[in-house]
Order: sequence, then C-alpha cells, then structure tokens
Amino acid sequence: MSDLRDLYQEVILEHSKAPRNFHDLADASHKAEGFNPLCGDQFTVYLRVDGDAIRDISFQGAGCAISKASASMMTQIVKGKSREEAKKLFERFHKLVTGEEPPKNGEDLGKLAVFAGVSEYPARVKCATLAWHTLQAALEGQAEAVLPDEE
Amino acid sequence: MTTAARNFEAGLQRPEDAQLFSRAELEKIRADFPILQQKVHGKPLVYFDNAATSQKPRAVIDAIVRYYETTNANIHRGVHFLSERATEQHDAARRTVQKFLNARSANEIIFVRGTTEAINLVAQSYGRANVGPGDEVLITGMEHHSDIVPWQLLCDDKGAKLCVGPIDDNGELLIGEFADLLSPRTKLVAVTHVSNALGTVNPVRKIIELAHERNVPVLVDGAQAAPHMKVDVQELDCDFYAFSGHKVYGPTGIGVLYGKAALLNAMPPYQGGGDMIASVTFQKSTYNKVPYKFEAGTPDIAGAIGLDAALRYVSDIGIDRIGAHEHDLLEYATTAISQIPSLQIVGSASEKAGVLSFVLENVHPHDIGTILDQEGVAIRTGHHCSQPVMRRFNIPATARASFAIYNTREEIDALARGIEKVREVFA
Repeated sequence: MSDLRDLYQEVILEHSKAPRNFHDLADASHKAEGFNPLCGDQFTVYLRVDGDAIRDISFQGAGCAISKASASMMTQIVKGKSREEAKKLFERFHKLVTGEEPPKNGEDLGKLAVFAGVSEYPARVKCATLAWHTLQAALEGQAEAVLPDEE
Repeated sequence: MTTAARNFEAGLQRPEDAQLFSRAELEKIRADFPILQQKVHGKPLVYFDNAATSQKPRAVIDAIVRYYETTNANIHRGVHFLSERATEQHDAARRTVQKFLNARSANEIIFVRGTTEAINLVAQSYGRANVGPGDEVLITGMEHHSDIVPWQLLCDDKGAKLCVGPIDDNGELLIGEFADLLSPRTKLVAVTHVSNALGTVNPVRKIIELAHERNVPVLVDGAQAAPHMKVDVQELDCDFYAFSGHKVYGPTGIGVLYGKAALLNAMPPYQGGGDMIASVTFQKSTYNKVPYKFEAGTPDIAGAIGLDAALRYVSDIGIDRIGAHEHDLLEYATTAISQIPSLQIVGSASEKAGVLSFVLENVHPHDIGTILDQEGVAIRTGHHCSQPVMRRFNIPATARASFAIYNTREEIDALARGIEKVREVFA
C-alpha cells in the first residue's frame, strides 16, 4: 500500500473528491478543451486574462483522480500568475511528473510536489498533464489542446 | 425461452453440455502458458485483459520458432525445398481455419492482419462495388470502433447512410427496432457476435435470417466470439465472418476473413501487388483466384502457422469446454463483485460471454486499473474502443475484466480483494 500512497497522496485524493474552481467562467477571455482519446478524460479550462495576468481560472469536465486533482491544484497555483510564470510552472511540473527532475527544497512548486509519485507510473503522466496542456492551449488562443504522442 | 434454446438461437454450443475442467486439467492448461508463471509488482500475475489480447501457449510459441529455425522461405513462387515446405504449412493453416469455422472450402478463408483489416477489406471491396448514393449500411449500437469507422469511410465516400440499431439498458440489441431499420436501401448489415465492452452475445442467427429475407448480406465481427464459442459459418449462414488470431491464443498480425465463395469471386481486389495477380502487363492485369486475389504481397507466414497451432490447441481442448469454463468464471465473478458496495456492473444481457465491465461510484476506472495493477491484476480501463457504448450508458469509461481458458476462481477472488483495496484508498 505504501507505494500506492506515493501516487494517491491524501492531498490528491482530497482534491479529486472536492475539486477547487470547478465551474465555468461567465466572463472568460480564454477557454480551451483538452481530451485524452486513450482514456476519455475531458476538461475545459476557462481563463480571465487581463494584459499579462491570469486574473481568474476555472475548469470543468470528467477524469480520473490524478487528472482531476491536477486540474484543481493547477487552478489554485496559477491564479494571479503571469502568462510567463504559468508557462514556467508547467515546464517544471512536466519535469516533475516525468521524473526528469525530482522536487527540490525551497522550490516554488508549492503543493504540486505531491505529484512526484506520478513519475513511477508512466501510464499516468498524461493524466497529470492534461489540464496543463489545456491551460497552455487556452493561453495560446487555441480551442483544443494537442497532446504530445510521447510523454 | 430457456438458456439452451437461446444459445441455439444465437448459434452457440450449450455450455451446460460441456464438462468443466478439473483442477488438474486447469493446472495443466496454465502450465502451457509460460507468461503466467511470472510475478508483477511482487504478486502472482492475474491476467484479465483477454478481450484485448490473450496469452500464447507454448505450442504456438514453439510453432513460430520452429518455422523460423527450420522452414523460413517465401511461399508459392519457390521451387526449392524450403519454399515448398513453407507453402505446404501455410496451406495447412488455411485448412485448419476452414475446419475451425466449418467453411465449405479453404478458398473461402482469407488471411488478413486481424478483424479490423477484414472489415476494411469488405467495406472497401464489397462496399465500394455495391453501396451507392442514398444506400444504407446497418450496424448496431454496441459495435467496436473497427465495425463503425470503416463503414463511415465508405458512406462518406459514397454518399450513403450509416444506420444504427439501438440497444437497451441491459446492453441487448432491440431486435424489433433493428428489423425496422432494414430498408430497401440497406445494402449490408454488419454486427458484432459478442460485444467487447459489454459481453453481450448478439442473436446473430436471427439477425442473419431477417437480413436474408430482404436479400441483404451480413458481416459478423467475431473478434470476441471465436475465442469463446463454436462458430459454424454454414449453420449461421453469415456472408462474411471476421476474427483475430491474437485473441484466440495465436500471434498478433494474423486474422481471418471468411466470405462465401460467390461473393468473394464477384468482389474486386482490395490491395494490388504480388501474389494477387494472374498476369500483369502495363496495359492490364488479370487477378488471381480467391483467396489469393485478396492477399497481395508476402503474407504473415509465421503468423498463419502460429494461428494454425493456436486453433489446434483450442480444438484439442474443445471450444465448448473452454466456453463452459469461462461461463462458470463469469457467473462466479458476477456474484462475487456484485456484492461489493457502490459497484455497478455495466452490461447485464441474458447471454454474455467472458466479459465483465463495471464502474465504482466516485472512482474513475483508470484509478481502479492502476491500483489493481499494483496487486498483480491486469484489467482494461477506458472506453474499450466503444465510445458510442459508453455514451449510451452515460459513463466516460469502465473497468473490464475478461476471462480466458487459463483463468481461475482464485484469480477472481484476487480481483475482488483488489477492488476492496481500491475502495480503501478512495474511502
């Protein structure tokens, strides 16, 4: 069970059961849909961007515990950040869940560090990154996220 | 209607007539499959993803190794010893398939890559020649994507219409509605014998009867049926029957399209190339006779020989006994897991074969799959290439356990324990 708990951390389970910012955004300036055809996970990410700043962010959709918790925690950490900061955060998060770069002390990954366990489950990396890809698509003005073949 | 009568209607052997495997027989069968001896994440492997692909017995692995070590040569054109031997073994494989399906002639057996290619062959050859603007192709609401998309490609190309017979909440085809959809414009019916997502056994005999009353030919997708039940294409009177080798204990890359000789003879070729021609000039080529007309290029010779070994393995044990064993497992598993709170079985047709799809309240199937994997239990999670079925039941995905010859009741107990663990994690 201990290794399973590395993946299904309490924080992740808690977010998957009670996702934050889980609604649409009436005054959204950006929105994109992310779909993983392999498993059917589907999320829409809504943004209200003011100049360079992400003033508000929310999401809706259906997916597994990992993808839902990831989307939920993403909205929390990204709210109020600049586009550039959000992009950097995704790059760092990506390296975390693929196991390329483990979490470091004093780093600004915040609570996202709980997703480090995903790196032990290659089949689940796409679950953790789906919302982030969708956020990126929304920021780039695309309606749909394109998931990379290899992740 | 009694179960036996329904089985007869569906073109099945009656599983209750067949004797279940003894413990010793089952142990012997398990020993035939080298892959089952391993541990996964420190637990004995429990392989319940058989509807995706089955494991291979030693007899199949050995036949392929033996072919490459002693026989490998290209078939048909060589006058040398090895080529003649390879040709003979490839021909023998075709005769084994003929016997397996009880086809009239070995020439009615076309080797393809798998069920998907078989259906595409019929869509692109028979379909393009016989389906025109305003015509209709009729399928059911429980088809695998491979029995939907080839027909969509054809219909888009020809300006024809794809019609879909609806299914009910149990996952059974509504046969009355299906019959009503047979119209004077229906040019072809394509139905799955057994649903890969729900396990439903379709009343294919009845469907074929209904279609034939209107002179409409029927293709049966047998990918999930051939491994579990006796298929007799003459008794069914289907016009086309497709199945994959790798789901019936054979290698990947080899499958079968059965077609009635008269239909195959009248159909144009599917792909052009070597072996499928009688003569070629730059002005015109004439085509070889069936089945070679549909087998352009060097075929998967080792695959056919592996499939031969697989079908002989199955036939030696007896397909009706295999079906009875799996039926026993399905009943045992259905009873065991339906006692788990918050678990719901998806697909409760009165006739089911070897497939148990389920969902857990508040737990996504993907998470079920990951946690079961940690317990050594391999199941499938997702939409099973049947997105319309998922939509019909208003669920994004299911967890699916599917059974084979080598599975045991103890393994189902491990599955049930694994599901309890899932519930603990998500409690």
